[in-house]
Amino acid sequence: MMNRRLIKIGLFFIFILLPMIIVVVSLMIGPYKIGPIEFYYIIIGKLIGKELVDNEIAVKMIWMIRMPRVLGAILVGAALSVAGAVFQGIFRNPLASPYTLGVSNGAGFGAAVAILISTGSITSHFLIQTSSLAFGLVAVGITFVLASKGRRSTVTLVLAGMLVGSLFASLVALIKFVADPYEKLPQIVFWLMGSLSAVTYEKLMMILPLYIVSLLVIFLLRWRVNILCLGDQEATSYGINIKLYRGIIIGACTVLTALVVSIAGIIGWVGIVIPHLARIIVGPDFRKLVPASFSLGISYVLLVDFICRNLTAAEIPLGVVTGIIGTPIFIYFIYKGKVRWE
Amino acid sequence: MGMKLEVKDLSFSYDGCRMIFEDISFQYHTPAVFSILGANGMGKSTLLKCIIGELKARSGSILIDSIEVGEYSTRELAKKIAYIPQNHYPIFPFLVIDIVMMGRASRMGYFSNPGKEETEIAMEKMEFLKIAHLKDKPYTDISGGERQLVMIASALTQEPELLILDEPTAHLDYGNQYRFIQLIKKLTLNGMGILMTTHYPDHPLELKGVSAILKNGKMDVVGSSEAVITNENLTDLYDINVTVETFGDKKICIPGGPYGELKR
Repeated sequence: MMNRRLIKIGLFFIFILLPMIIVVVSLMIGPYKIGPIEFYYIIIGKLIGKELVDNEIAVKMIWMIRMPRVLGAILVGAALSVAGAVFQGIFRNPLASPYTLGVSNGAGFGAAVAILISTGSITSHFLIQTSSLAFGLVAVGITFVLASKGRRSTVTLVLAGMLVGSLFASLVALIKFVADPYEKLPQIVFWLMGSLSAVTYEKLMMILPLYIVSLLVIFLLRWRVNILCLGDQEATSYGINIKLYRGIIIGACTVLTALVVSIAGIIGWVGIVIPHLARIIVGPDFRKLVPASFSLGISYVLLVDFICRNLTAAEIPLGVVTGIIGTPIFIYFIYKGKVRWE
Repeated sequence: MGMKLEVKDLSFSYDGCRMIFEDISFQYHTPAVFSILGANGMGKSTLLKCIIGELKARSGSILIDSIEVGEYSTRELAKKIAYIPQNHYPIFPFLVIDIVMMGRASRMGYFSNPGKEETEIAMEKMEFLKIAHLKDKPYTDISGGERQLVMIASALTQEPELLILDEPTAHLDYGNQYRFIQLIKKLTLNGMGILMTTHYPDHPLELKGVSAILKNGKMDVVGSSEAVITNENLTDLYDINVTVETFGDKKICIPGGPYGELKR
């Protein structure tokens, strides 16, 4: 009985308190530090609509600079981890990630093209975001068309995704080769590494409606993802129309991924490591795994972004750090036999 | 009451040239046991996959309660038929209770999660199969025989009229095979229809019911198990000498015959 309560308290801390604490810390700490009391009054002031603190820099720092970035980290972390968990299940593959179907390379190509043709005006941000989103979805579309020939198994789908991904990776390399090495090339490279430094409220608002719908779909169908994990034959026998459900669920995950890639670039390993970590804590049942991945993903990306902002004066791109931290964690899981896969 | 399955002039081919089977016809009415015997590679599993709608036949028709299988939605078909494949490869360590509850999917709302009602039904089926003690174990950690029962429990929560089993005894030890056959008897007595393929002619003899032999793409021999499982038919089917003997109340098959000669 005691044990159960301890576990409950532990889970509450990991999944509910931890992300909240990291949000608060991320808002307070940076090159410009804001004290706890000041922070408290700034937040309360916003809630009751009054200016309780006359430190305008601190107020602006929180609402105009750190808040969009924190919100961006939340959206990115939640989307990539949830999509990764679902893809690993549906594809029955421990290395599946949100990028398995080629969305990242497609989006990267879209962004690279947009950077190449943009003239550096304000509209270019909008152009880059739209173009990466569009090409991300186009890449997955091609993957689906390729996979619809033949036996239509999940294996074909993963294989088609790898092929389409490689094609777009080559196209990105081609653009890098022709891009102006002083101005455009660094921009492309930086975008591909993934970063939250360019996130703004406008960008967030643009992706939010579709983001919420996609996440809601996955959340509502999460128990059915369990059934899809058993395999096509088994799921069909249980009365699940696999083509329909798999299509809807993969579609929702893809849109979610493409949306966050379009605002933050390619952030690797979150979608592989976090679902495994969540599975170690709560087990394979997607009724718990989806919320657990959601919460852990938020904490992880917030934490890594916090490190990126504070470790050095010249900010290290987020996507680089998620990889540097994520890969050793994953190797540790495999080494310790924590990645349970029959 | 009961469900009627009619297979009419069914033909199937994977590549369009070599026919797996041709013009198969039979009728079956639940509850009863229908066993299909046949040598390896004769298309027994293929026939089952046609019946559950996974494979599309080249010609002919399969009617369930006078409606084409293809006309049923996946959801509606799952309320009539539950299918348990020969091999199941579990990947995730789902708990046994969660696997058993999955059988309710076709009878729940499109977005709903299983709740109290589903748990009760799952527990009831597991108690019937005497596996309730396994409920909180990961189903990757239990034995093959136990896993078979978990899959049956899951199929039962589906509340189908017909259970289709592809070589259900193939991976079971001697004792579990016998227990499984007794379980099938019990299920039929409770009104469940059973359609299964098997490599053990002793099992249909034990189960009575109807048997059929699938050989060279034809299903020419269909009838009561005792009439189908004879010296001549088995010798012809497996190309070894088989003697069917009466021993007490039971009939048993002796491969090679009682005197040690192996070849015909």
